[in-house]
Amino acid sequence: MKKTVLIFFAIFFSAVSSQAQKYITKSGKISFFSDGPLEKIEAKNNKVNAAIDAKSGLIVFKVLMKSFVFEKALMQEHFNENYVESDKYPLSTFKGKITNIKDIDFTKEGAYDATVEGDLTIHGKTNRIKTNGKFIVSSNSINGKSSFTIKLADYNIEIPKIVTGKIAEEILISVDVDLKPLKR
Amino acid sequence: MKIKIFTTLIFVILFITNLSAQEDDLMNLLNTKPETEYAYATFKSTHVVIGQSIKNAAKGTMLMNIQHHFGPVNSGFYDFFGFDRATTRLGFTYGLTDRLAIGIGRTTQNKTWDGNLKIKILRQSSGARFMPVSVSYYGLVGIISLKNPDDNRYSYFSNRLSFVNQLIIARKFSSAFSLQLVPSLVHHNLVETEQDDNDIFTIGTAGRVKLTKRMSINFEYHYILSKQTAKDYHNSLSLGLDIETGGHVFQLFLTNSQGITEQYFLPYTSGSWLNGDIHFGFNIVRTFTIIKPKEFEKD
Repeated sequence: MKKTVLIFFAIFFSAVSSQAQKYITKSGKISFFSDGPLEKIEAKNNKVNAAIDAKSGLIVFKVLMKSFVFEKALMQEHFNENYVESDKYPLSTFKGKITNIKDIDFTKEGAYDATVEGDLTIHGKTNRIKTNGKFIVSSNSINGKSSFTIKLADYNIEIPKIVTGKIAEEILISVDVDLKPLKR
Repeated sequence: MKIKIFTTLIFVILFITNLSAQEDDLMNLLNTKPETEYAYATFKSTHVVIGQSIKNAAKGTMLMNIQHHFGPVNSGFYDFFGFDRATTRLGFTYGLTDRLAIGIGRTTQNKTWDGNLKIKILRQSSGARFMPVSVSYYGLVGIISLKNPDDNRYSYFSNRLSFVNQLIIARKFSSAFSLQLVPSLVHHNLVETEQDDNDIFTIGTAGRVKLTKRMSINFEYHYILSKQTAKDYHNSLSLGLDIETGGHVFQLFLTNSQGITEQYFLPYTSGSWLNGDIHFGFNIVRTFTIIKPKEFEKD
């Protein structure tokens, strides 16, 4: 009987304590870049939502596609209207896990290499991706950085025939988020 | 033994489901308030076919617009089906702010210069703030730069002036279908005879249906309300095809209007579709980025 009570309390407290180990941001940065013979395409989004559960290593991102800003307004319009179809698919998400969470101590300042694996959804299409990144833990925030490439074709993003070969089919995505402890 | 395996299995399942539940919990943390989302790309170009659309030059961008209306195709082989009698316009429009664009242009017809501006008054939006339509004001002043003829009709500078005032009320119903309503008032300081209207009211409608992501069929019709002008002239009707290729928009169309700017084609369309007075024409719009958004300033 005593054992059961103990286990109950253990579960209860672990649930409570896990609440305090979440980090969140609403102003993370994601940019992407592609260098094709015709067009160099670059876009920046400074309104990225992201959260980490420091205990389990779960990591999620939520990105509003219309918040990407391009150097050329026309490119931004074409991006939303013709390529990622933001009216139909307004959000991109990532749900994943830090696979080497046991090597990272989010309570101790320092730099940690991390590997992250999870499901990336863009343009309504989900793919499993794996990437390396870095966490820099400081006294009141965690900075996470990573970059990886994706293929447009994997996300059913069409390149019109007229510019095939002139626009790169791979996109380099860079992530840079400053996460703060979640206050309840 | 069996029971042990069974319990382990249950714990594993519980753990996995718990994990995905945690993922969802974490995702729910990111639920932000709905932002106001403005409709964009209601039309591909600043013109639907021959008249103005709700679209403005974006802030910091300049549009170069080359417009051609050939002569009527029923002018036959001698005029090469209108090729020899083209009116053309070269125009530049610049987006000063997200709401205000100004432009200048020159038309061959009466050697007319024009200065124009388009202001977004309301923007169609959804989310935090709901607005069913976009509304813009378009204004144009035309100056005829012909030499003063023998009848001295241009002795007064004011006789060279004409004015266009338009309200453009537009809605993007879906990514494939947009429609707009355009009431206009055209004023000519000088008209041919005393009976002619100086003020001409018209009401127009224009729309587009997208065929593919980069191609659409457009139409535009303006009905003349002013009685005297309606007796002498035809309503303007145009059908067009928009083709977008990256930095350019090509607009190919058929119209019964030879005039390119509003003060000419709204009141003074002399051709009739039924008589075969159909003009082939095209617009080419090229976009130039003059000022980059602040995110790119330091580059």
